[in-house]
Amino acid sequence: MTKVITKFTRNVPHWQPRVKPVDLQEASAEQLDALKVTPSNTKVSEYVLTLAHDVESLKVRSPLFNAIMYDKGGMSRSERELGALGASMVNHCIYCAAVHAMRHAQIEKSTEVTDKLFRDGANAELDTRDRAIFGFAVALSECPSQAGPEHMQALKEAGLDEAEVLDLILSASLFGWANRLMHVLGDPVRLEDSGK
Amino acid sequence: MALDTTALNSADIGVGTAVQAAVEGRANIFEMTQAAEEAVLRPKDAGPWSHSLRAALAARIANLNDEAELAARYAADAGDFAALVQPTEDGAAQGLAEVVGFMDKVAADTRRVAGNDILALQSAGVADADIVRLAELNAFLAYQIRVIAGLRLMKGMSA
Repeated sequence: MTKVITKFTRNVPHWQPRVKPVDLQEASAEQLDALKVTPSNTKVSEYVLTLAHDVESLKVRSPLFNAIMYDKGGMSRSERELGALGASMVNHCIYCAAVHAMRHAQIEKSTEVTDKLFRDGANAELDTRDRAIFGFAVALSECPSQAGPEHMQALKEAGLDEAEVLDLILSASLFGWANRLMHVLGDPVRLEDSGK
Repeated sequence: MALDTTALNSADIGVGTAVQAAVEGRANIFEMTQAAEEAVLRPKDAGPWSHSLRAALAARIANLNDEAELAARYAADAGDFAALVQPTEDGAAQGLAEVVGFMDKVAADTRRVAGNDILALQSAGVADADIVRLAELNAFLAYQIRVIAGLRLMKGMSA
């Protein structure tokens, strides 16, 4: 039996697909190439096997994701995680929110910010810089975007330069993408016999 | 090297500005964003979702996000599906009511998408692989639209 998780948590759930993932035994050469499956590496997550149904998208998505979240320069890693978390809270993507809250806490070596956000919601009281970053990510993630000049002004006043603002736009927007895959194509669950 | 991508052309950032300098610093990301657009709008293996239907749905999602300029770019390739560009059309006339309803909900009310929405597509005969294709198209547009909206705000700020 499994239990679908509906509340935000840093305890990363298991992701259970709502559609049947690609069966590795039946995968095409192009799918195997995109999955980077080799005789010594046959471990592929169910999420990636699900996305392998659209192999052309999968191939371009992974390097883009890594560049936006991890390329050097610009905004710090933990602040990019905060942008990702803002989008994930708006879209109620429990899985993405858990992964990126957990990473934020690991990088910062503190759960203070994510504790507040999960306890008090998106309007939680944060320091000036985190407040400006999180507030912008939340506003940009609405449909249509509610981000306006006042959000940009808050980012500027909090000391962000153009390169940092661009990285924030990219990380929050990227999770508009990721949330619409994770939250739409599967459920965040606890496997009752996993002991987790 | 001048970057020629839909996101940058739609946001129309100026030459020699601080915004352009920031964008140049992330040129690889804008190039990969354009490659992703090719993969979801004009894939070699489009499955049952033709390039013109994909363009129509992309324009529709841009309209749901009040991005008229981007909507017009995609609508130009919508061909026989041009009617779907308008969110007031429900897709019934094209036999796509389930698909259009799903795309609208994923784009505009993401948080309320649930397992029943996937079941509804499956019940309408949409194969699992083709549900993933729809989600990828929708998800990419959510990203591209917000990059454009963000760049436009940056441009306004540094003007």
